[in-house]
Amino acid sequence: MSSNTNFLLAIEDLTVQFDGFKAVDSLNLYIEKDELRVIIGPNGAGKTTVLDMICGKTRPTSGSIKFKNRELIGMAEHRIVHQGVGRKFQTPSIYENLTVFENLEVSYPKGHTVMGCVAFKRTAEVIERIHKIAEEISLEDYLEIEGAFLSHGQKQWLEIGMLLMQEPELVMLDEPVAGMSQSERELTAALIQRICKGRCIIVIEHDMDFVARIAHKVTVLHLGKILAEGSMEEVRNNPKVVDVYLGH
Amino acid sequence: MKNIYTRVFRGTNGLTNLALLALVLLVVLPVSMPIFRLNLVGKYLTYAFVALGLVMLWGKAGVLSLGQGVFFGLGGYCMAMFLKLEASDPVSTKIQSTPGIPDFMDWNQITHLPAFWVPFKSLPFSLLAVVVVPTIVAFIVGLAMFKRRVGGVYFAVITQALALILSLAIDSRQGYTGGRNGITDLKTMWGWDIRTHHAQYILYFVTCIFLLLAILLSQWLLSGKTGKMLLAMRDREDRVRFSGYDVSMFKVATFCFAAALSGLGGALFVLQVGFISPSLVGIVPSIEMVIFCAVGGRTSLYGAIYGTLLVNTGKSLFSETFPQLWLFAMGGLFIAVVVLFPDGLAGVFELVRKKLKPWLEKFRNKPSLPVGIPGTVNGDQP
Amino acid sequence: MMFAYSPSELWSIFVMQGFAGLSLFSVLLLMALGLAIIFGQMGVVNLAHGEFMALGAYTVYLCSTLVANHAPKLQPYYFVIAIVVAFVVAALVGLFVEWSLIRFLYKRPLDTLLATWGLSLIMQQSFRSIFGAREVTPTLPEWLMGSFKPTPNIDIPINGVFVMGLTLLLAFGVWLFMYRSRIGLHMRATVQNRTMSGAVGINTKWVDRFTFSLGCGIAGVAGAAFTTIGSTGPDSGSRYIVDTFLVVVFGGSASLLGTIASAFGIAQGQSILEFFLEGTAGKVAILLTIVIVLMIRPKGLFPGKVRVA
Repeated sequence: MSSNTNFLLAIEDLTVQFDGFKAVDSLNLYIEKDELRVIIGPNGAGKTTVLDMICGKTRPTSGSIKFKNRELIGMAEHRIVHQGVGRKFQTPSIYENLTVFENLEVSYPKGHTVMGCVAFKRTAEVIERIHKIAEEISLEDYLEIEGAFLSHGQKQWLEIGMLLMQEPELVMLDEPVAGMSQSERELTAALIQRICKGRCIIVIEHDMDFVARIAHKVTVLHLGKILAEGSMEEVRNNPKVVDVYLGH
Repeated sequence: MKNIYTRVFRGTNGLTNLALLALVLLVVLPVSMPIFRLNLVGKYLTYAFVALGLVMLWGKAGVLSLGQGVFFGLGGYCMAMFLKLEASDPVSTKIQSTPGIPDFMDWNQITHLPAFWVPFKSLPFSLLAVVVVPTIVAFIVGLAMFKRRVGGVYFAVITQALALILSLAIDSRQGYTGGRNGITDLKTMWGWDIRTHHAQYILYFVTCIFLLLAILLSQWLLSGKTGKMLLAMRDREDRVRFSGYDVSMFKVATFCFAAALSGLGGALFVLQVGFISPSLVGIVPSIEMVIFCAVGGRTSLYGAIYGTLLVNTGKSLFSETFPQLWLFAMGGLFIAVVVLFPDGLAGVFELVRKKLKPWLEKFRNKPSLPVGIPGTVNGDQP
Repeated sequence: MMFAYSPSELWSIFVMQGFAGLSLFSVLLLMALGLAIIFGQMGVVNLAHGEFMALGAYTVYLCSTLVANHAPKLQPYYFVIAIVVAFVVAALVGLFVEWSLIRFLYKRPLDTLLATWGLSLIMQQSFRSIFGAREVTPTLPEWLMGSFKPTPNIDIPINGVFVMGLTLLLAFGVWLFMYRSRIGLHMRATVQNRTMSGAVGINTKWVDRFTFSLGCGIAGVAGAAFTTIGSTGPDSGSRYIVDTFLVVVFGGSASLLGTIASAFGIAQGQSILEFFLEGTAGKVAILLTIVIVLMIRPKGLFPGKVRVA
């Protein structure tokens, strides 16, 4: 049973079943503040499903997900966001018809209700924050460009920026460097390391060099269960992991 | 001041569109036609309220409702009930078995006013009800449906069912609602005779003013964060939800807004035309109102007004001269607007404007500025 | 209300209303079958479905007139053939409509709604222009007339039994086709995973075209069946389109069993309510009930995987 915890995110005994198939099986995962955890594993291991359950997209069959000691299971998605959870999806999910500025503005953590929206004012504070985040994600010069015209990599950064606007305490990034060039990957690695302070970050990735650069701790998932956990070195040399995923 | 200029009037573009529409409605039409035709235009303009609501609901929020007739009818019936009670004072109805109640109740051997009619003796209550009753119904239906993520086609079919239910319910209870014939023989509103030419002129202008105000209100709502949210929700509902917004409440709010506008239109209809019946509540009028909006260009506020006027004028011209052909034309219009002209009148307008831009530039000697479609957010296309 | 009758009278009423309900059940099911295929399988909302029914009815009427004028000896036999003809005609027109209109709109379900409404207007006016605005009835063969009376209080019309029989046959045929034939397999595969189906060589375009035509053909048969219990006018089709949709949606559009259960429940419910409340009020009550249930359980009784939510 779940107990009080010092961890920022405590997942205990998490299971989800689809028609008898266990996508995630009795998972235990604990993440501390300021930690950058990378989850790796072969396709179908259940990585994205875990993120889906944390942000409320999928309902687990059993188990508990505690964030800041608050149970997230059963909470509506938008409420989970208000708790401080931010998620970046596998395929860049930005508003194509709005400019970069507007994409960020819409993610500002005020004016979430209907009346709040109507009464929302673009104050100096809002503008300043947008500029700051835009600089952070290297899109300062692109503020007036519509989302649809950004490159794939820029869209990923924009989505991260939208997350940052919300001032989340848990950031979940699903394959943040997929489709990026080498230089873009380096910029992204630096970005992720910068934003780690004061938060915990979960990253799902397949690029092992990228993982090695950013990870504090690595968790390997396989068939919905944890296969290995530890530093990148430990995991890389783990024979089970090599067998199942990393190859010889 | 500048904020109002951009947000309510939408800058130079918006002001031009507003001025043009105001000119047409308030000057050109009243001057160029006799009162009985102007009264007809006034009737069409009441439909335009529904079309406006649909621009917000369907064009901007992406939710298609095939039952806006319900709200038009609710608003209309609220107004009609007040007017009917006024016209059924004991003196005028003294030949009835029970004087003081509407004639159709008397014909159905009803001997006292049903409870739900009584509050409509008061003008303030009735005026309030015109907008509040449709809003409440929309709130209940919207909450039930949107909270459960019912959208798209399912929602459209259910609204259609609601339109059927209401029209059948009104139809079946002649004693309480006037039945198929509706509520007729309306005479005065608080002593003022609404049937005179003078009154019809006034009511026409009142309708126009309300319509223009509704457009300004919609523009104001759309220009801020709300407009962007609706656009974001229409394109990527999931992302909006995971950015912390309760998407269903936004849909409910827009649905209520569209309902309130339709109710207002219904009341103005009753005042100008002098009756209401279930034929304005059911499936057919509801889906026709959708076509007015679609012809205008679905996402264009001004387009909705012009679209309504165009289709209705076409309808009366056609049915006078070629009654057989009218349904073919209407059917063809539905198909054409969906397949060939999804941007409707607004799209045509935009095309013309693009062609004219180089000429206008030469004339004005100004550099090119980005230009938006009237009534849309940042000139976006649907 | 209910207590004004003696128990045996009440029993007879229930039996007769039950049969009336069964009759309504077959009507609703016939209409819903075609629609369930098109909507449940393809996610296409065909608001002109009622008109395809009317098309079937008018085809039977045409056959009847032709036979009466040119081959009166065939009178007792023509009816069954006419039903087949109705199927073929409706299916062919459906094929044409899919090819010329529907296939452009698959990704836009709301637009399909509007376009098919336009189509229904065009079809209605065509009927009016060709056959006139008044209602028509084909000359029905002798063996369909009359009724049989198991007891003095119970009167079961033969045409009702015929329609029911036809319905059950058709439902069984559809089930057989969908779940036991190669083409049915292709249809179900396309719904569940269009890309993969295309990748394994199923011509998804033709499957769509075929599915739509099949749905329309079934509507045609429904129309043919109706001629035995009522007359046909240009707007006969539009009278029941909303009911049909509610039946399909209520049952959970992807499930054949759901459609059957839903049609049965709604028909019986309406039949009984119509007897005890007056006519239209009964219909209002049942429609309201369905809508309220749908608001609570939007996916219907037996939700399955539909392409369009």
